Amino acid sequence: MSVGTAKHRELGLTDSEFELIVAQMGREPNVVELAMFSLLWSEHCAYKHSRKLLKQLPTEGERVVMGPGENAGAVAVGNGYAVAFKVESHNHPSAVEPFQGAATGVGGILRDVFAIGARPIAILDSLRFGELDSVRSRHLLDGAVRGIGHYGNSIGVPNVGGEIYFEEPYEHNCLVNAMCLGLAKSADMVRAAAAGIGNTVVLMGATTGRDGIGGASVLASAELGEADEAKRPTVQIGDPFEESKVLECCLELLEKGLLVSLQDLGAAGLTSSAGEMAAAGGVGIDIDVARVPLREADMEPFEIMVSESQERMLAVVEPARVPEVLAVCEKWQTGSAEVGVVTDTGHVRILRGEEIVGDMPVAALVDGCPLYDLEPAEPEGWIYGNRATLAPGTSSEDELLALLAAPSIASKRWAFEQYDSVVGSRTVRRPESADAAVLQLPESGNAIAVSIDGNGRRVACDPHAGTIEAVLECAQNLACVGAEPLGLTNCLNFGNPEKPATAWQLDQAVSALAEACTALGVPVVGGNVSLYNEGPEGPIYPTPVVGMVGELPDPAQVAGSAFVAAGDAIGLIGPFSPTLAGSELAKQRGALDKGLPRPDIAAVAAACASVRDAVRAGRLASVHDVSDGGLACALAECAIGAGIGCRVDVQHLRDRGCSPEEALFGEGSGGFLVSGERAELEALGAVYLGEVGGGTIEIAAGDRSLVVGLGTAESAWRSLPAQTEHSGT
Amino acid sequence: MIWGVLQFPGSCDERDALHACSLLGEARLVWHEERDLRGVDAVVVPGGFSYGDYLRAGAIARFSPAMEGVAELAAAGAPVLGICNGFQVLCEAGLLPGALLLNESMRFLCRQLDLIGDGDERLSIPAKHGEGRYYAPEEVLDGLEANGQVAYRYAPGQNPNGSARDIAGVRNEAGNVVGLMPHPEHAVDPLTGSTDGLRVFEAVAAAGARA
Repeated sequence: MSVGTAKHRELGLTDSEFELIVAQMGREPNVVELAMFSLLWSEHCAYKHSRKLLKQLPTEGERVVMGPGENAGAVAVGNGYAVAFKVESHNHPSAVEPFQGAATGVGGILRDVFAIGARPIAILDSLRFGELDSVRSRHLLDGAVRGIGHYGNSIGVPNVGGEIYFEEPYEHNCLVNAMCLGLAKSADMVRAAAAGIGNTVVLMGATTGRDGIGGASVLASAELGEADEAKRPTVQIGDPFEESKVLECCLELLEKGLLVSLQDLGAAGLTSSAGEMAAAGGVGIDIDVARVPLREADMEPFEIMVSESQERMLAVVEPARVPEVLAVCEKWQTGSAEVGVVTDTGHVRILRGEEIVGDMPVAALVDGCPLYDLEPAEPEGWIYGNRATLAPGTSSEDELLALLAAPSIASKRWAFEQYDSVVGSRTVRRPESADAAVLQLPESGNAIAVSIDGNGRRVACDPHAGTIEAVLECAQNLACVGAEPLGLTNCLNFGNPEKPATAWQLDQAVSALAEACTALGVPVVGGNVSLYNEGPEGPIYPTPVVGMVGELPDPAQVAGSAFVAAGDAIGLIGPFSPTLAGSELAKQRGALDKGLPRPDIAAVAAACASVRDAVRAGRLASVHDVSDGGLACALAECAIGAGIGCRVDVQHLRDRGCSPEEALFGEGSGGFLVSGERAELEALGAVYLGEVGGGTIEIAAGDRSLVVGLGTAESAWRSLPAQTEHSGT
Repeated sequence: MIWGVLQFPGSCDERDALHACSLLGEARLVWHEERDLRGVDAVVVPGGFSYGDYLRAGAIARFSPAMEGVAELAAAGAPVLGICNGFQVLCEAGLLPGALLLNESMRFLCRQLDLIGDGDERLSIPAKHGEGRYYAPEEVLDGLEANGQVAYRYAPGQNPNGSARDIAGVRNEAGNVVGLMPHPEHAVDPLTGSTDGLRVFEAVAAAGARA
C-alpha cells in the first residue's frame, strides 16, 4: 500500500522530509505510517525549528523534581510535596472556534498535570486578541472566556489569574495559552516512559471519533488563512464531565499504585502518546486499533491513530493488575480498553486484529525528524502597524483616562468573574486583589504564588529586552506577595520561523529567557512552543508567555495591591527608570518604534528581594508593581481598589533623567509602588512620593500635573464590559 | 453529629464541603450509589456539575440511589443542606419548592456577596453558578414568604442572577431541608475570605434538631 508523493505535501511534510522517512524506513510508508510521521514530524510535536535554541535554557535546580520532557515540570514545596505546572497554547483552534478551542486548551493542560499524578489546583490563562473595536475580536474574546469558564468551572479547578492584551497583530490569530498547577506527593508522581516488556497498554476515558483529525499538523503547524471555516472539523470538542471522571479515576489508580506509567492523549492522539511513551522507555509498543472503542464504527486505522478526541489517557499496566485497573475505571463510569502491549522490538506496530497495518522504528518516528537551524535576520525598523488613537496635545488627565480605559489595562473583572476562583479552598488572593495569585498548601504548611505574563508589544519593540522584562515582571509580581521564585514555564508564541525576521525574534527571545532565568537562578521546568501564528496581515507580536511559581512561608502575611488607609505614605522602591518606548501611551499616540532600554536584571532582583522580605515581615500596607500605563496607572489602580484617593509628586523621578510625562506614563522594569508608614518606607530605601487620602488622584508632574476624580478614573478603568458589547464594526 | 457529603460523578465542591463539615463534627463522603444512609445524621448535597449537567442541572442526580436515602432522611427530619448544584438537585427531587434557571446575564458568575438570613443576619459568602436564578410561581413565592421558608436573600442591590424576590435559599415546610445557591463551604477560613459560612451549617444542623 504505497502512496503517491503528493500526499505527504498535503500532510505538511516537505519533499526532503519525505525522502528522509523513506531512507529511515527502508521503504515508502503506507497511509497509516505516513499519517503518523506527518504528525510526529510536525512543528507542534517535533519542535524542529526551536529545539536547538531551547537547549540554552537552564533546567536544573535543587528544588526541581521533574524537568522538561515530562508531561509537566514540578518543584518541591516541602513536606514531601511537589507542585507541578505547565503552560500550553491552543491558539489556532481558538482562532477557528474560540469556545471549543479555549475549552479544550484548558482540558489539555489539566491532563498534562494529572498525567504525572498531581491533582490540579489552579488554572491561569494568558489571552491575546485584536483591538476590541473589531467584531471578530469581540467574538473571539467572548467565546474564549466562555470556553475557559465552561471547562474549568465544570471540573472544579479554580481559575486564579491571568492576563489579556488587545493588539492589532492578534486580530486574525488570537492567542489562548492556559497554565495549570497541580499538587502531588513527590513519591507518588509517575513518569510517561513505557516499561516492562509484556505489560499491557490500556486506553482510558472517552471513545475515539473523527474530531480533531490532523489538528497538530494542519492547524497548529501552518499559518492561518482565509478558508479556515473548512478547518472546523479539525477543532476538538471538549467534555469536561468525561475529564472529571478520568481525572478522579487516574488519581485513584496512581494512589493505589496500579500504573507503571501514564500519558495523556493530546496533539496527534494515540500516535504521539504511544510513540513518546515507547521512545522515553526505549521499548516498542503494539497497538491494535480493532480494540479501540470508537464513536463511529467505520473509522480507518489511520484515523484512529491520529484522532485528537479529547479526555483520553494511555497507561501501562502489569498484566496481573489489569482487572483492578478496569474495576476502578468502571467505578468512575469511564471507558477502558486493553489496546496494546509493550514489546522489545523498538518498533511502534499498528495492528487491526491479526493484520499489521503499520510498522515503524520508534527512533525514526519520534526522534528522526530533522532539526532546522534558523536563518535569523534583524528587520529594519518597526515592522508592524500602529494606529494613533490619541490626538496630539491631549491633556494629562485625558491621557490617564484613555490609558485606564485601554482594554489591555482596564479591569478584567468582566472576564474573571466568569471563572470559579474559589473552589478547592486554597485561594488566599483572588484575581485583582494582589499582583500574583496566592494558594495555601495546608499539606506542606506554606503557600505558593503564581503569575503569568508576557507583553508582546514590548517584545516586538525589542525581543531581547522585552523577554527579560516578561521574566522580571513575573518575579516582581511574586515579590509583591512575599514569594520567592521556584521555577518557570513558558509558551513561546511566534510567527513563521522560516521567515528571517521571525527567526530573529525567536532567537533573541530564547537567549534573553535563558539569560534572565540564569541570572535570577530560576530553572525552566517545562514549556511549549507555538509557531506559525500568522494571518493574512502578517505575524503576531512575538509573545513569550512566562508563568512563574514561587513559595512563601505564611499565607496570612500577604499584602494586597490596593492602598489601605488614608494617611499612609506612598513610596517607590526599585531601579525604575521609565521611558515612553513601547509603552501603552506610545501605542495610543501612534509612536511605536524599535528599541527598549536594557533592563538591569541584578538591580531588579535586589529590589525583589527587599520587597519580598518587607512583605514577609509585614512592613508594607500595600505593594503593586508598576507595569502597563506607568506610575500614574499604578497609582490609579491602588486608589480605585481602596476607594481612597492619593496626592503624590513624581518629580523625584527627574533625578533619574525622566521627563514629566515619562514619570507619569513611562514603562520599564523594576518599580514597586508601596504604601505604609513613612519611616518604614524610608528604611526600605523607598523614594517618598506622597500620601494616601482624599477623593481624587492628584499627581504633581511639573507642566504635566494632573487631578482626576476617583469616580471618573474608576468608570474608565471599569469600562471593559461596555467595550465588549460595542456594536461597531 | 455525623455529616455525609454526597459525591456524584462531576461533583466539584464535595471535598470543600467535607472539610467544612469536619470543622463541626465527623464527616464522610457518601458515594452516589450508596442507597443505605444509616449512620449519617445530616447530609450535604454539594456543588458541582453532577453527571455533567448537560441536561437540566440536577435532573439526573436526583435519580441516584443516594438521593433515595436522602429523601428518607429528610422525611425523618434529619438536616439536609443543598449547595448550588445540591440545591438544584433538591428542587429536582421535589424536596424543595421552585427551580433554578439560567442567570439573567446568561453567564456564569463568581463573586463574593452579602446574604441576609433569619433575623437580618448578614453573611459574606461567595456565589458561583450559571444557573442560579430562583423561580417559583407568584402564589408559591407568597406562600414561602408567609411560612418563613425564605432562608436567605441576596443583600439589596447584590442579586447576581435575577432571582425572584432576591431569594438565594429556601427551606422546606418542616425547616430541616435547606438549599441555597451561594457556597457556605467556601467561607469557613479567614484566609480565603470569610468564616460566615459556618453559620449556615450550624443553622441547618439546629433546624434539623428541631424538626
